[in-house]
Amino acid sequence: MQMQLAADELAVTRGERFVFSGLSFAVSEGEALILTGPNGSGKTTLIRVIAGLIRPAAGELRLEAGDAERTIGQHCHYVGHRGAVKSSMTVLENLEFWRSFLAKDSIDRLPGRDGAALDAFGLLELSHIPAGYLSDGQKRRLGLARLLLTRRRVWLLDEPYASLDAASQGILDAVLDRHLRGGGIAVIATHQPIDVSSQRELQLGVGEAEAG
Amino acid sequence: MQSLTQRLANPTRFMQISGTLMPVLWVLAAALLAWGLYLAATAPPDYQHGHTVKIMFVHVPSAWLAMMAYGFVALSSFGLLVFRHPLADVSAKAAAPLGAAFTLLALLTGSLWGKPGWGTYWVWDARLTSVLVLFFLYLGLIALRSSIEDEALAGRLTAVLAVLGVVMLPIIKYSVTWWSTLHQPSTGFGSTVDPSLRWPLLIMAAAFTTLFLAMHLKAMRTEILRRRAKSMMLAEVERSRPRAKPLAAE
Amino acid sequence: MRPFLALLRRDLKLAMRDGGALGTAMGFYLLVVAILPLGLGPDLNLLSRIAPGILWVALLLSALLSLPRMFEIDDEDGSLEVLATGDAPLELVAAAKSLAHWLSTAVPLSLMAPFLGLLLNLDLAAYPALLATLIGGTPAISFIGAICAALTLRSRRGGLLISLLVLPFSIPTLIFGVLATTAVQTGTAEFGPPFMLLLAISLVSVVIAPLAVAAALRFQMQ
Repeated sequence: MQMQLAADELAVTRGERFVFSGLSFAVSEGEALILTGPNGSGKTTLIRVIAGLIRPAAGELRLEAGDAERTIGQHCHYVGHRGAVKSSMTVLENLEFWRSFLAKDSIDRLPGRDGAALDAFGLLELSHIPAGYLSDGQKRRLGLARLLLTRRRVWLLDEPYASLDAASQGILDAVLDRHLRGGGIAVIATHQPIDVSSQRELQLGVGEAEAG
Repeated sequence: MQSLTQRLANPTRFMQISGTLMPVLWVLAAALLAWGLYLAATAPPDYQHGHTVKIMFVHVPSAWLAMMAYGFVALSSFGLLVFRHPLADVSAKAAAPLGAAFTLLALLTGSLWGKPGWGTYWVWDARLTSVLVLFFLYLGLIALRSSIEDEALAGRLTAVLAVLGVVMLPIIKYSVTWWSTLHQPSTGFGSTVDPSLRWPLLIMAAAFTTLFLAMHLKAMRTEILRRRAKSMMLAEVERSRPRAKPLAAE
Repeated sequence: MRPFLALLRRDLKLAMRDGGALGTAMGFYLLVVAILPLGLGPDLNLLSRIAPGILWVALLLSALLSLPRMFEIDDEDGSLEVLATGDAPLELVAAAKSLAHWLSTAVPLSLMAPFLGLLLNLDLAAYPALLATLIGGTPAISFIGAICAALTLRSRRGGLLISLLVLPFSIPTLIFGVLATTAVQTGTAEFGPPFMLLLAISLVSVVIAPLAVAAALRFQMQ
């Protein structure tokens, strides 16, 4: 059976108001869902709902053909605005921590150790440098390298291209493409076009007037 | 907007019911208080404490309300955490300052009563110390709520603290009792109440309880009105900005 | 267990690298204990009688200093959200972080206490009891402190508020810790019962705290 992430009439409130409501979509494995819309239209909120950080006020979110013992959030790699990088630990230590924290057992761990993840994002030479010394773009890449540490089928990326240079954006596109071709799902909030094979767009912040 | 109106429906019904109940409670509280004060004033002086025994008619009901108000806070908090009922938060928020006020009243009257009895305004007696800790807990609840901007979040976090208090209060009470009996013999005053004093005390307790209920209901109504006013103002802000999305989601 | 150990190891490593917090707490502990005799007078009999109380209260205040940073450091850099999507439930995350606080702050402060006891002329016979009660009682401080740190994460005046919330809840620990130590020092009471109660309170805190911390963190990540 194909893995599919589906939302049915999702609504999220903040205070007394709806951030969005009546939101439905479905993404199957191999597909990327691109979230677009103006600032404040709920892109980050939707990603946090999928990660299980925000409980929707109404509607349902389900992951078909997932691991029944895990929550949806536990199927997800969440990379938000902030990279979850500790400045006083080295680049390698940061990755090693997240690998041993996020992997349930050794099967979840991807082969090739942390080196492969660092190599993919061009951080291999920096592996023994404390992360506090890295530039913003490098910290960003270190945050993204978490994606390659353990096998999680759903990737949730919030503005992943922010503060990345063109070369790094190319790397991310390639990594994403490989993830999708391997049967993964990605939900990406972004302002700019993405170069991956199979994508669909969900525009937030429209049709709200009628819903309200 | 469907679900939001549904959520408002309940407080609306509450406003109607409480609106008719309020005058009844105020009148009942005033009548009971007048009766209780009259009985207290005409009660015979205690052979041991003299006229100072009359402080008891304020002290004992206050101490009783200090605990009952915490019961209100704790039950409401539990209701908020488990059933997510919006009224539960309003109730918890309204009860906490009232509880703090009655706890302070109990402490002050206890201290005044203690002066002729013990010869000093304060003794580290188990009962007084526990009430003091209860006062600190009320202060903590109020301070935590007021320090968080997001009101819904403040309500939930305060509720966690209130429920935690239910677990910890008996432990604190027990340890304070153990501690004070080791350091000094029990002060044990007024443990048995003379029958002639029992009646006025009961009426005063009833009067204070009714007064608390009336004030709690009033505070809840005020809080609901404040929340409505706030959401009306927010709606106005939203309307004045056509087409722009008012929400800045983090 | 693996995520738990990974997080514990990381927090201990961070505590060691950014060692300022423990240094400040230890300096504060020394200062409070050293300044009290200046206020109370140099009477060694008085000081030795109240030494267990001073050592306990001052340790409590010093341990409070590092509480506000407990969850802040993970909240600021986004780690908290990733920790929440791990396979380990948030309760286990809370337990690991509280245990790390105990190991990195409360235990070093407890080990320091006997040396400060010298300044207060604490009876040498009471040293083992002092150390045992501090080690056995401080888990309650770290775990209850974790609850209050989690509750005040989004608060506008975190540090002060934490003290207001933690101190009432640490009264039982303080009472039984001092009672047990004094019992050995004066020989007038038994060490056993208050010590057992002290351990019981620590156990209760260790069980309750992760649940409350996880609830508080979940509300705040919304």
